[in-house]
Amino acid sequence: MQPLTSRGKAVDRRPMNFLERTYLPAIMKGMAITFGHIFKKRPTVNYPEKHRPFSPVFRGLHVLNRDEEGRERCTACGLCAVACPAEAITMEGAERLPGEEGLYREEKYAAKYEINMLRCIFCGLCEEACPKDAIYLSETFAPANFTRSGFIYGKGELLIPDPKTDPEGFARARGEHKTV
Amino acid sequence: MYTTLLAIDWVVFWDKVILISVILMLSLLIAMYETWAERKVAALMQDRRGPNRAGPAGLLQPLADGLKLFMKEEIVPGSSSRLLFILGPGLAMLTAMMTSAVVPWSSYLEIGGRHVDLQIADVNIGILYVFGVVSMGVYGVMIGGWASNNKFSLLAAVRGASQIISYELAMGLSIISLLMITGSLSLRTIVEQQQAHHYYILVQPLGFLIFLVCAFAECNRTPFDLSEADNELNMGFHLEYSSMKLGFYLFAEYVNVFISSAVMATLYFGGYDIPFVNNSALAQHWGQNPVAILQAVCFFAKIGIFILFFIWVRWTIPRFRYDQLMKLGWRMLIPLAILNMLVTGFLVLLRQNHWHF
Repeated sequence: MQPLTSRGKAVDRRPMNFLERTYLPAIMKGMAITFGHIFKKRPTVNYPEKHRPFSPVFRGLHVLNRDEEGRERCTACGLCAVACPAEAITMEGAERLPGEEGLYREEKYAAKYEINMLRCIFCGLCEEACPKDAIYLSETFAPANFTRSGFIYGKGELLIPDPKTDPEGFARARGEHKTV
Repeated sequence: MYTTLLAIDWVVFWDKVILISVILMLSLLIAMYETWAERKVAALMQDRRGPNRAGPAGLLQPLADGLKLFMKEEIVPGSSSRLLFILGPGLAMLTAMMTSAVVPWSSYLEIGGRHVDLQIADVNIGILYVFGVVSMGVYGVMIGGWASNNKFSLLAAVRGASQIISYELAMGLSIISLLMITGSLSLRTIVEQQQAHHYYILVQPLGFLIFLVCAFAECNRTPFDLSEADNELNMGFHLEYSSMKLGFYLFAEYVNVFISSAVMATLYFGGYDIPFVNNSALAQHWGQNPVAILQAVCFFAKIGIFILFFIWVRWTIPRFRYDQLMKLGWRMLIPLAILNMLVTGFLVLLRQNHWHF
């Protein structure tokens, strides 16, 4: 058969000479290699204390955004659900009642907003589809869970902390206040 | 002082009891931290970090491992022979520990005007005793493998037994050439000779090499861990063992490493001798007790270097195939040992004849 690449090497099938049969030169070579590795840099990151930085384009867990006054931006238009290729997003809209102006920015809001994290493929199309800048993908990932139902994230899990009552949590969720 | 010959000198008795307990504790402690060192060195050589969660630098990891082993369920297979099954690990541990009886750990302490030898028993057949006990170590493997009533365990035990017996031959032959030079079987005498003249590694480099290789084989350490062979025989002779019985087998291996390091340091690297220093002159200058302690520290440092070497080799060299193992043992090491013996004998005779041929 023709060799497929030019990098092929013929196997040396000559019988081993005396020194090779003692295995000593090969063993010493191997031990020099392992000794050299003691001084190499270790790629391991001490995980819980240190996090490997995500790339700026990392697409992680979704966050439902609020504006500066702490009002929810989502208007339950359903564009994200339409854009979602995995059909992971469901929502129910509701009309804002008088007196709720501090909670919701516009007249319509999402009374129920669920993302099934087992279906989600973290493509980020919902983020692109959203006209109100209400949903974006953060730099965290969905933690493990014991049940399937635990992976269906509702508004409780998705909503960003209120910037008025919890500015630190808000900043952390926005990714502006980085934890090391 | 003695009323009859059989009277017991209680002071000496308690000396020995204390010494024995200290040495047993010490070998267990060292064996414990060998497991830690093994994992740490393995990690370093594989660009990992190794245990670093339990305590600073993972130093409490051996305790956690021991606790885990104690908490595990003790399983005795229904088809095993129960007595032998329990005897196996005990025997392995016993033989591993017994060798430490003849190793001189340091010269002697002066306590209340008495000489307290830091050696449990200075028998004049020290090396023979070591060999006798070490060859009993094969029973631990063989009984464990046989009593498990498992084909893989038996296969591994047979392999391990044949390996240990084969390498004992070369080990004995390599020692004979050393004994021709020393003219004594007592380990303390051998150390004292090395203190007076030079280390025997200088005159017996080939003998040391053969002894080293055989020591690896006797300890069932990689590259000669055919009786364990995790990936082909499923942990070999301790496949059926669980809990602290398994722990005993694993622990016995580390105790063996410690003891064989001690024997190698004693035979070839001057034992408790402080290198590059005239020990007796230092003892006159500083007093005997500090020097004795320093000598023990030196001895343990030498042992530590050997242990690190054991670990280093383990994480470098893959396991030998069975035929390679036997070829290396019978067709390389034994002829080399015999050659070494003949050359040494020739030179010893020539020296006795004042270098006249």
